[in-house]
Amino acid sequence: MPEPDTAPEARRILRICQACMYCEGFCAAFPALGRLRDLSEDDLDHLASLCHGCRDCYFACQYAAPHVFDVNVPRTLARVRQASYAKHAWPRGLGGLFRSNGRVVALSAAVAVVLALAATLLLVPSEALFAAHRGEGAFYQVIPWTVMAGAAAAALAWACLGLGLATASFWRAIRPAAVPSRVLIRALPQAMADIVTLRNLAGGGTGCREAEGTGSQLRRALHQSMVAGLGLCVLATSVAGLYGHVFGWQAPYPVLSLPVLSGLIGGVLLTVGAAGLMLLKRRAAPEPLAPETLGGEAAMLALLAAVGATGLIVLAVRDTAAMGAALALHLGLVVGFLAVLPASKIVHAPFRAAALLRDAIERQRATAETRRNDGRNER
Amino acid sequence: MIILDPDVVVAGGGIAGLSAAIAAGRAGASVLVVEAAPKALRGGNARHARNLRLMHAAPTDLMPGAYDEAEFLADLGRVTEGETDRAVALRLIRASADIPDWLAGCGVAFQRPGGSLPPSRKTAYFLGGGKAVINALYQEAARLGVTVWHAAELVGLTGGRDLAIDIHRADQRYTLRPGALVAAAGGHQADIDWLKRDFGPAAERFAIRGTPFDTGRVLRRLLEAGARPAGVPGRGHLVAVDARGPRFDGGIVTRVEAIPFGLVIDRTGNRLDDEAADRARTHFAKWGRLLAERGDAVLILDADGERRAPVPALEPIRAAALDELAAKVGLPPEALKAAATAFNAKGSAARIATPPFAAIPMCPGLTFTHFGVAVDEAMRVRMPDGEGAANLFAAGAIMAACVLGRGYLAGLGLTIAIASGRLAGEAAAQYVRSRDART
Repeated sequence: MPEPDTAPEARRILRICQACMYCEGFCAAFPALGRLRDLSEDDLDHLASLCHGCRDCYFACQYAAPHVFDVNVPRTLARVRQASYAKHAWPRGLGGLFRSNGRVVALSAAVAVVLALAATLLLVPSEALFAAHRGEGAFYQVIPWTVMAGAAAAALAWACLGLGLATASFWRAIRPAAVPSRVLIRALPQAMADIVTLRNLAGGGTGCREAEGTGSQLRRALHQSMVAGLGLCVLATSVAGLYGHVFGWQAPYPVLSLPVLSGLIGGVLLTVGAAGLMLLKRRAAPEPLAPETLGGEAAMLALLAAVGATGLIVLAVRDTAAMGAALALHLGLVVGFLAVLPASKIVHAPFRAAALLRDAIERQRATAETRRNDGRNER
Repeated sequence: MIILDPDVVVAGGGIAGLSAAIAAGRAGASVLVVEAAPKALRGGNARHARNLRLMHAAPTDLMPGAYDEAEFLADLGRVTEGETDRAVALRLIRASADIPDWLAGCGVAFQRPGGSLPPSRKTAYFLGGGKAVINALYQEAARLGVTVWHAAELVGLTGGRDLAIDIHRADQRYTLRPGALVAAAGGHQADIDWLKRDFGPAAERFAIRGTPFDTGRVLRRLLEAGARPAGVPGRGHLVAVDARGPRFDGGIVTRVEAIPFGLVIDRTGNRLDDEAADRARTHFAKWGRLLAERGDAVLILDADGERRAPVPALEPIRAAALDELAAKVGLPPEALKAAATAFNAKGSAARIATPPFAAIPMCPGLTFTHFGVAVDEAMRVRMPDGEGAANLFAAGAIMAACVLGRGYLAGLGLTIAIASGRLAGEAAAQYVRSRDART
């Protein structure tokens, strides 16, 4: 739940930024702020999601504490952001889970893993579970396909529904009024480029900072690795599903097949990215961070790293007696991840995409405005 | 670790001092920087800086067109009305040409033109502003092995061939005998008592826009040691700032930009001057001076005026009716209403008609003074005979009055600081080297 004074504090600080604007080269949040005057709660939510938390503006700030203005944009916007996740959560009741979110994420993963292991132990005869399976359909000898696919599909549907409806609610709140399709068509590729390249984590070319001193592109690279890894893992799973249930080719597949190869590379990228981001967080100066958001972020990174790592373990031990337990663990983590998704830090991804789309639309309009004015001045 | 004999001591860890320290360090000298502020507030007035003025012969990736030394010098001559040491000014202007490359080599990033920045042919903007620059320069200085003492101040100076200085740091006094001293500790605008002597009692009402650590202590030591003064005491760059801002360190954001959109009245309800007469950026200085001469005043805006003006850092005081507003800011209500009626009757573009009405109390804000020490072309401090002292250099605001004897030019302070700092640091290192070669 939002701290009651988050919005007034954000307005107090952002007025100072509006009058200063020294940081406008770091990311899109400052030019977007410059286009606004009075900041509605939805504007604050929009700006908070535009902020990628690079922290450059904090270390460059002439008004950061001990200055009496005590300007701390990254921390304040992290609080606004967290409150906006809670405000737009679907179902509404999930909003409360953004408090103590670290525990919520950990609990979801733990419960799912325990259920998966327990169900496997109870449903699968131990001689099948701990035997070394090889050949076609080996995985399903351990965990029946209906159980595996059913649990995963239910969790996935829940995650998509929760995330989708929350994002729709957020977009309804922040979307610019009456966007002609011509503007939207121009804005979409811009927004897409900002989403894919994480331009706003590039610090205007100087990178982002964990502490005062030289910036680096490491955080951006690790995040890209994590997202690409997650994408490849989704690809691996989808292709495997296609092979198995459309083409009738039974898993496990050879190492040099598309599902295994993309799963292998994806698993490595996901694990390395998430673990790297966790290490960076440990090095980070605490001042620009909002402590109440850290638990949920750390837990989600740990969960993603664990999903990636256990996926790799399943691959490594798939010919041995340990496969059954490893598979149950991995599936438990995946289901736990999907189950908690609508009440987790992952919400930042579609919210940020929505904010970047609004930003691209506003930039399109500003450019058109400038062009019109230039035309007028020439006449 | 106590270094008793660094080659070069730099008094002041602002942008001039760091430029000097880096230049001296790169020239092979061992360097100690003595910075009055604690680490979190280090960097002098450069923390509040935004851009710097650069000579360039052709378009660069930072600035369009060209800005040659003749035009730069002409701009300087215009604003100073000739109160500039031409030889020193020319030396610094020429040195400004390669400042972007030099800073980039120190890890400083500039902001590419575009966005909301006004296109500027004469100045380049820093990415993140002056504090980002300060952070980068401290990091470069550390890389070069420069020692930095924070919360330390130069309190004693014995000039001459056997230079000796006293440093006060953490309740301890250190006497050092460096080869050379670069005095880069800024001006004296944070010493209110000193200001009152030169500016009169009005200085009591000044907000000091920059660091509270520019107490002028080093400047005073230099003058006592016989340094020739530059500029005029009691002259400085004053602008109108929000009186509710902090006494020190308000920086750029407390500057009142909305004056052309409203009515300025003093505490008795008298209008100060024509608000809209001068919309150029030079109007800031005019209003600062007026507030110093006539006393504090209040800017009154109506809802339309407020909307047309840029967003101020501190929310204005608002009320639905003028007498309510008068009560809130402590003005006589009848006088405010009469002033607004007279103002509207004049038919100026701005009007005080649409509620809610807004008020911004204003006081004079001092950016810097036009007073310091004189230097020669090598940034050596000029002694009573007019010659530069061999081992005593000055850089930045402490000597800026020798170039900017009056007036204001955007981005010039930073240019003077970096160019003079580099020259002073290099010259100090060279002096120490040649002295060592002799002995």
